[in-house]
Amino acid sequence: MEKFITHTSRAIPLPIENIDTDQIIPARFLKATNKAGFGENLFRDWRYNKDGSENESFPLNDTGYSGTILIAGDNFGCGSSREHAAWALADYGLKVIVSSYFADIFKGNALNNGLLPVQVSPGYLKELLAAVQNDPATEILVNLEEQYIAIKGSDKKEPFEIDAYKKLCLLNGYDDIDFLISKKGKIEEFELRLGSATKPY
Amino acid sequence: MKKTLFDKVWDSHVVDSVENGPQILYIDKHLIHEVTSPQAFAELEQRNIPVFRPDQIVATADHNVPTLNQHLPIQDALSRKQVEQLTENCKKHGVTLYGLGHKYQGIVHVMAPELGITQPGMTMVCGDSHTSTHGAFGTIAFGIGTSQVAQVFASQCLLLSKPKKMRINVNGKLRKGVLPKDVILYIIAKLGTNSGTGYFAEYAGDVFENMSMEGRMTVCNMSIEMGARGGMIAPDETTFAYVKGKEFAPKGSAFDKKVAYWKTLKTDEGAVFDKEYSFDAEDIAPMVTYGTNPGMGIKIDGHIPELNDISFEKSLRYMGFEKGETLLGKPINYVFIGSCTNSRIEDFRIAADYIRGKQKAANVNALIVPGSQQVAKQIEEEGLKEVFEEAGFVLRQPGCSACLAMNDDKIPAGEYCVSTSNRNFEGRQGQGARTILASPLIAAATAVKGAIAAPYEEEITVPA
Repeated sequence: MEKFITHTSRAIPLPIENIDTDQIIPARFLKATNKAGFGENLFRDWRYNKDGSENESFPLNDTGYSGTILIAGDNFGCGSSREHAAWALADYGLKVIVSSYFADIFKGNALNNGLLPVQVSPGYLKELLAAVQNDPATEILVNLEEQYIAIKGSDKKEPFEIDAYKKLCLLNGYDDIDFLISKKGKIEEFELRLGSATKPY
Repeated sequence: MKKTLFDKVWDSHVVDSVENGPQILYIDKHLIHEVTSPQAFAELEQRNIPVFRPDQIVATADHNVPTLNQHLPIQDALSRKQVEQLTENCKKHGVTLYGLGHKYQGIVHVMAPELGITQPGMTMVCGDSHTSTHGAFGTIAFGIGTSQVAQVFASQCLLLSKPKKMRINVNGKLRKGVLPKDVILYIIAKLGTNSGTGYFAEYAGDVFENMSMEGRMTVCNMSIEMGARGGMIAPDETTFAYVKGKEFAPKGSAFDKKVAYWKTLKTDEGAVFDKEYSFDAEDIAPMVTYGTNPGMGIKIDGHIPELNDISFEKSLRYMGFEKGETLLGKPINYVFIGSCTNSRIEDFRIAADYIRGKQKAANVNALIVPGSQQVAKQIEEEGLKEVFEEAGFVLRQPGCSACLAMNDDKIPAGEYCVSTSNRNFEGRQGQGARTILASPLIAAATAVKGAIAAPYEEEITVPA
């Protein structure tokens, strides 16, 4: 996995609440057996009209907006566990998703793909959205090491939480498989305990 | 220390803890299907890692399979390739597969319980958010992403921080025509779609104690729709009787020993939950959804709330509904009875009992999709097939079908579908399709009337 330390970019506002993973990547695009190319169909049914033309009013198609940070409404990534949603966002080129709330499974999937979910207060989310909507050239700075997000040029730093272990993984580009395999001995011991008379279940 | 049911199962599966970090949780059973496993197998192969415990994995094909002519090769090339890839991966890695044509094939959350693969006190995962279904057995069961599928392949474990705990109590007697589906739709409508995020839920109270295992599975299935990774119900005599004699359940004295342990899986008196809610069964009416998330539900004769909110209004625009209107009597052309929420034999018995001797309305396309080959067999053996066919319903072969419309079972754009599935998201049942979630009983009544209908009209009004 790629390392993530800090990231600065313009941002795309998507102030819709409860964006579910079916909207991020509709089920009909889940037939692939590899991880590549899902970005093409990111937000497919919002990004394109029925005739296949681009929906110009959708923020991703608004040429005024650009960048690799998406600022979305509350409860982002709810619904299906499909990791294809995280793959699609990352494949499209996004590095950070900001919201006032993330669904659990999506959050884990994003972190496992080097895509940083940044949870901010509803008030700060409004501030960020307003800043970007007023001036699409606004740059947002995300500092994972020091755990804050800020509007570039502003002194205000909004702190965000992240699991300490996950932070370490992102900063170093580690993933969970390597860690778990390094614990094989403990896992096998646990299995032996299960096989004994004290078997808990 | 007083422990909850969740604590007891979780704590007995912790292999180790990372300092200031997550815990290593041992996974007893890993269920896989064709859509969320191929990239995980590929990951392992790329890194030259073997599958650690293939005997603890069970595979089936469900999400992407046709519900017609399952004996023929799948016509859609991508779907066929995905299902073939699963077969190949299982063979290569020594994983048991109940694929198309096998007598145990079915929706992963229907077939595993009915085979006795799901047992109380276990930890179970699957690359599918509705894995919460298995919590009905007092099991910690939850959906995972494909990276985690690969982690379980590699180590039979996951790295997780222990979730918080919530309890939802429902006591009293359910009204006539109120089914487990209505109970969970009511809870989600009351609490909202993210009330459970970060939590594992326990459902408690006499309403759940008196519920069948099928009903409990319907409730736990939709835990994820309020954001909870999983939901559990303490195992009891109903659970033990269901598991007993199932194909892969322990037998004889081994079963008795298990039962003795399973009986300990109850929340201790005085154990503390991070949050707790209580509802009266009498307040629950048959429910329908009117919007594009499962929390947007109302009593079947209720009115759509009048909220001034951009996301709420966007949702109503998509559905073609107005604030303040009621859904009873809305013409409906599509009805779907199926999905991992409501495709067990009890669901079809309830629907058939209502439909028997009636005809579907001429305008309605009514699709019945059993959850598994075993359910399909029961439908035939119990004579329900005739009931459905004589009433003009179409009975298909098992799979996820129109719940997520990955196969050809799609609802056309703009059309409404009263569906027993779990998600009314935009386009979930086909591009532009509009989903109204409901119980099998409301679905059956709607199919007969050709419009949204309450099964027992005299029973729908509940005092405010």
